[in-house]
Amino acid sequence: MTENENTKSIINVEDLCLWYGNHQALENVNLKIDSKSITALIGPSGCGKSTFLKTLNRMNDLIPEVKITGKVFYNNIDIYDPSTDVSNLRRQIGMVFQKPNPFPMSIYENVAYGPKTHGISSKAKLDDIVEESLKDAAIWDEVKDRLKKNALGLSGGQQQRLCIARALAVKPSVLLMDEPTSALDPISTSKIEELTLELKEKYSIVIVTHNMQQAVRISDSTAFFLMGELVESGDTERIFSKPSDKRTEDYITGRFG
Amino acid sequence: MIKEKLSFKRRFYIVIMRALMYICTSLTACLVLALVVYLLIKGIPNLSWEFLTSSPSYLTGRIGILPDILNTIYIMIAALIVVIPLGIGSAVYLTEYAKNKRIVSIIEYAAETLSGIPSIIYGLVGMLFFCQFLGMQTSLLAGALTLCIMNLPTIMRTTQESLKTVPSSYREGAFGLGASRWRVIRTVVLPGCVDGVITGCILSIGRILGESAALLFTAGFAHTLNGFVDGLGSSGSSLTVALYVYAKEQGEFGVAFAIATILLLLSFMINLAAELTQRFFRRKKTI
Amino acid sequence: MNKRSKNANNINKKKLVETAIHGVFLILGLTTVSCVLLITVYLVISGIPAIKEIGLVNFLFGKTWASTAENPSFGILPFILTSIYGTAGAILIGVPVGFMTSVYLAKMAPTKVKNIMNSAVSLLAGIPSVVYGLVGMLVLVPGIRRIFNVPDGASLLAAIIILSIMILPSIIKVSVNALEAVPKEYEDASLALGATAEETYFRVSVPSAKSGIAAAIVLGVGRAIGESMAVMMVSGNVANMPGLFESVRFLTTAVASEMSYSAGLQRQALFSIALVLFLFIMLINATFNFFLKREKEGLV
Repeated sequence: MTENENTKSIINVEDLCLWYGNHQALENVNLKIDSKSITALIGPSGCGKSTFLKTLNRMNDLIPEVKITGKVFYNNIDIYDPSTDVSNLRRQIGMVFQKPNPFPMSIYENVAYGPKTHGISSKAKLDDIVEESLKDAAIWDEVKDRLKKNALGLSGGQQQRLCIARALAVKPSVLLMDEPTSALDPISTSKIEELTLELKEKYSIVIVTHNMQQAVRISDSTAFFLMGELVESGDTERIFSKPSDKRTEDYITGRFG
Repeated sequence: MIKEKLSFKRRFYIVIMRALMYICTSLTACLVLALVVYLLIKGIPNLSWEFLTSSPSYLTGRIGILPDILNTIYIMIAALIVVIPLGIGSAVYLTEYAKNKRIVSIIEYAAETLSGIPSIIYGLVGMLFFCQFLGMQTSLLAGALTLCIMNLPTIMRTTQESLKTVPSSYREGAFGLGASRWRVIRTVVLPGCVDGVITGCILSIGRILGESAALLFTAGFAHTLNGFVDGLGSSGSSLTVALYVYAKEQGEFGVAFAIATILLLLSFMINLAAELTQRFFRRKKTI
Repeated sequence: MNKRSKNANNINKKKLVETAIHGVFLILGLTTVSCVLLITVYLVISGIPAIKEIGLVNFLFGKTWASTAENPSFGILPFILTSIYGTAGAILIGVPVGFMTSVYLAKMAPTKVKNIMNSAVSLLAGIPSVVYGLVGMLVLVPGIRRIFNVPDGASLLAAIIILSIMILPSIIKVSVNALEAVPKEYEDASLALGATAEETYFRVSVPSAKSGIAAAIVLGVGRAIGESMAVMMVSGNVANMPGLFESVRFLTTAVASEMSYSAGLQRQALFSIALVLFLFIMLINATFNFFLKREKEGLV
């Protein structure tokens, strides 16, 4: 079997539309997210890429004026079906935010928060999970001697890696990243890009980025959004060298955005 | 797996916490409602125009609260006249002049301390200092000055807050034009703190209205009808003190409820005024 | 020549005016400090003589207060314990109710409910203490007498109930502010990890608002321990050792009730009680500030 046939799409979005009150923010989006790969969502500010990302773990539910139609299939189950348990969904589809937001607690408590919420109480197990997650996020060595210290004392880049560790601690299969490096300096940015490339072996990653070079550097597939519409998606190499839609070409060559 | 329901432990937690939140909030709401309804039911029947506009007469056995109303107003006016300049002055000093951090924190600590002192202690010290040491005897003035100290932190705080919202670029602009510090304050800064002063005044009026312990030994219990200046020099009971005396020592519960209703309505109006002025100034500032 | 010296004169005059005004503001700025000093000095001066004469230990730990008896005794332990128990009782009832209400209002209430409750709580805060005392006197006291079958409902219990209602607004207002100030990012992160709304509020928002909620509680303690008028009208005013259904006297009411007709050592003893109360409150605030500083330093 070729690699193409084996790659199942872990998330399948069908005809997704989203309204903020009377304003339509997403229009008929159809997209397949491949398993164990990195999919980049690009587009100019306000095009809906962050909004789209948040529909994948139902974080848009928190906004009262939002209306959503269409289907989002995760492992062939529609996550918007009323019988879906949102808490479990978000355990499997984790999120890292643009501005690093560790809780004002110790580093240990930050990472242990997720597993504790989902019922793990044995200290030994939690210790293991914390260590494993911090190692997976490439920050264990830097913090292993200060686990009980407050997380807010870390630098921006370290805080973001801590947030990644925190998200990994509940063992998701998908990781959503909303412009995770836009608030960081170049060195932290490249550390996190390196980390993301390592993570794709175990996790399926969807990353929103306004930095096209970042998309080229790390992603396998790219989807281009413009004014709420998914204009075009496919292999990153192809999108950036031979885009089929003129709008994509204009954006990539810097004519706007 | 995403079709699984939450564990029993978690669902239990959610239900219990929600229940507690709803119960406690309803309890608070019911408390307020019950208090207000009870006071109105008991108080309104005892209110009459005559009641509000006459003094008590021992001959006819009729009770009127006009003197108490006037006394309360006199105390309020006198207290505000003194506390507003003091409060603004302190606030201006803190934000415009004081450069030494230690002095600032000492002054702010002192203000915080003042706001935590119980009113009975204010009453005691007020009696010792204003009535006895300064020779004012039991008088509305002594009461007003005592209340002035009590409300100083409030005016200071609200004035300071609104002073801080004046952008430093305004001040720098004025300094850059060669204005002296006092001129800058007078023309650029002070106008910007009017909203804070007004808010502070409204809050203080509310507090003065409800104050009783500090007035017991400083302003006294008399029910004589006086003009402003005479009133300041003689003893007189405020509405709250009158309520206390009528209820506890004379058993005139009808009168007490009537006064309580008036105080309730006044307090409600003051809250409304505070809310409206804050909204008004917020809108002004965002334009 | 003349013009230059005239100019210099003008500049000097201006500087003098500036310095004078600075001085005026300095004096105004120090008003709060001088007030605090004034109060402290007066309390100490008036309070010390009686303590010296009665003896510190006898005063603070004496169980009998009989100020107008033939052989007067001035032990204020009953007042101290009553104030402590009364405040503790008010906190035990008022804090949980206020806390739960504030979490609901800050995080879960629909806007309409929130606005109505805000006004309701403000109204509660604005009710004068004598009005609480009146309602307590005519509703609570007879109520306690009937429900618990005691000879007189004026008791510590009545005071505790009234006090817990009176501290509710302070607790709710300050806690709501503290909870609303918790950055939304913390709550988003918690929800994105699969926690439910309730779990997020109590396990992330509340711990983040810890110091604000603690400040609310200290505010409540201050109000409870300093309240005089309302408790005077419902607690019976007898210098007993505190019991839930006993008529009791607090530190505050001890001062208020005997002040008008007191004389001599009795009067001075009342000042000493005020001094004790003052020191109590200073101690509570200092302890709170101490822990608050430690918390802030432990954060970084």
